[in-house]
Amino acid sequence: MQTVKMVITGPFNAGKTEFIRSVSEIEVVSTERKITDTSSRIKKETTVAMDFGRITVDNDLVLYLFGTPGQKRFDFMWEILSEGMLGFIVLVDSTRPETFREARQILDVFRTYADTPYVVAANKQDLADAWPVEDLRIALKIHPGVKVLPCVATDKESVKKVLLELLYSILETVPE
Amino acid sequence: MALKGNLRDFSTTQLLNLIHLARKTGALTIQVPSGVTSLFFREGKLVYAATSGQDGHLTSMLARAGRLTEEQARGIRQHAADRSDKELAMLLISAGYLSQRDIVDSVRRDILETVYGLFAWSDGLFHFEPNRLPSEDVITVSIDLENIILEGSRRMKEWERLKDELPDLNMALKFTDRPQTQLRNINLTVDEWRVISYINPRNSIKQIAQRIGMDEFQIRKLVYGLLQVGLVEIVEPEGLPPKQPPVTEMVSRSPAAKRSVIHKLINRIKRL
Repeated sequence: MQTVKMVITGPFNAGKTEFIRSVSEIEVVSTERKITDTSSRIKKETTVAMDFGRITVDNDLVLYLFGTPGQKRFDFMWEILSEGMLGFIVLVDSTRPETFREARQILDVFRTYADTPYVVAANKQDLADAWPVEDLRIALKIHPGVKVLPCVATDKESVKKVLLELLYSILETVPE
Repeated sequence: MALKGNLRDFSTTQLLNLIHLARKTGALTIQVPSGVTSLFFREGKLVYAATSGQDGHLTSMLARAGRLTEEQARGIRQHAADRSDKELAMLLISAGYLSQRDIVDSVRRDILETVYGLFAWSDGLFHFEPNRLPSEDVITVSIDLENIILEGSRRMKEWERLKDELPDLNMALKFTDRPQTQLRNINLTVDEWRVISYINPRNSIKQIAQRIGMDEFQIRKLVYGLLQVGLVEIVEPEGLPPKQPPVTEMVSRSPAAKRSVIHKLINRIKRL
């Protein structure tokens, strides 16, 4: 059995758990805990270890989706999770510009872990306050060659599109 | 869709850079403790600025620029109360009191002072309203944002923030290959030229600073300005040992096997 993995990262409350939940064939294994610090104003529970979803391709191949912990004090987990990843997705909450700088920093950290393809998913595009995707590209200083994709993490079709775009980017890096 | 937020999270410099790169047309309204300022843009260029704490009448602008005395400004305003700024400007030019250049320069100066005043604020709500332009009655100019961004960066008071934006001085710089960058329209200081002369993917930012005798803060501030205006971008320095690829099952496989796995994944996700 061959297993491959992708990592879904991004700032606290970007929607990583929902993203994995939308496509995982198993109930997402998520270690969520009640929040006791100032982040509790934003949401009641957060992922403290990691999210873990699975998509079985066939008898010989399984794709695992790992979501990184949202809070910064668990960033020691990131490098462990990134080991051997096919590629990664940086999920950004398009309605919260206060998280853009952190998203950029997370992206830079992950790029140092592995030279693998990645895409940026601009989540919560269904909300009125969402920044447009092209404005997010500029705000996050994303290189023109990297895909910045609209996303609604609770919508399966939207999540599928992001995963497919990442896979197409990965395919481009593999020689014929 | 909305483009709104707080300067705490997205600074004036970053906002202007975004408007410049996206060539936006519309009004950016920023609410800071000193009042509400509206900046108007047409295709990424600043055309007008107004702030609630300042008289925006043409005569006041001319007085602030030293083209009229306060008394002259008051007198003209009383005699031409029903005239728009444009009409008033035509009258002043026709009467030979001022040249068109005097007026345009005064309006430009006033607009620039308004926008520079915003750089002092690190907290304030902002909102961009697409396609909203100033009244037809006012005199507009067209100012490239590159130099404003550079000057704004020079005035930025939040030194700590520079460190956030440019955390690693071991990285190198290269000139951006974005074709719309207009190098000719950018006024660089002597220090900026000195840095520019050393820009090369082989030189780390730290090495450049050492070579020209700048401390970390000075080089961060200067490079930040160059980055914001889009002249340069950060790259990995050349000559470093290549990164070790991650040890994975995928890596050990042949390209054909890898492609086969990725095609399988694509087909599976399409069927979800």
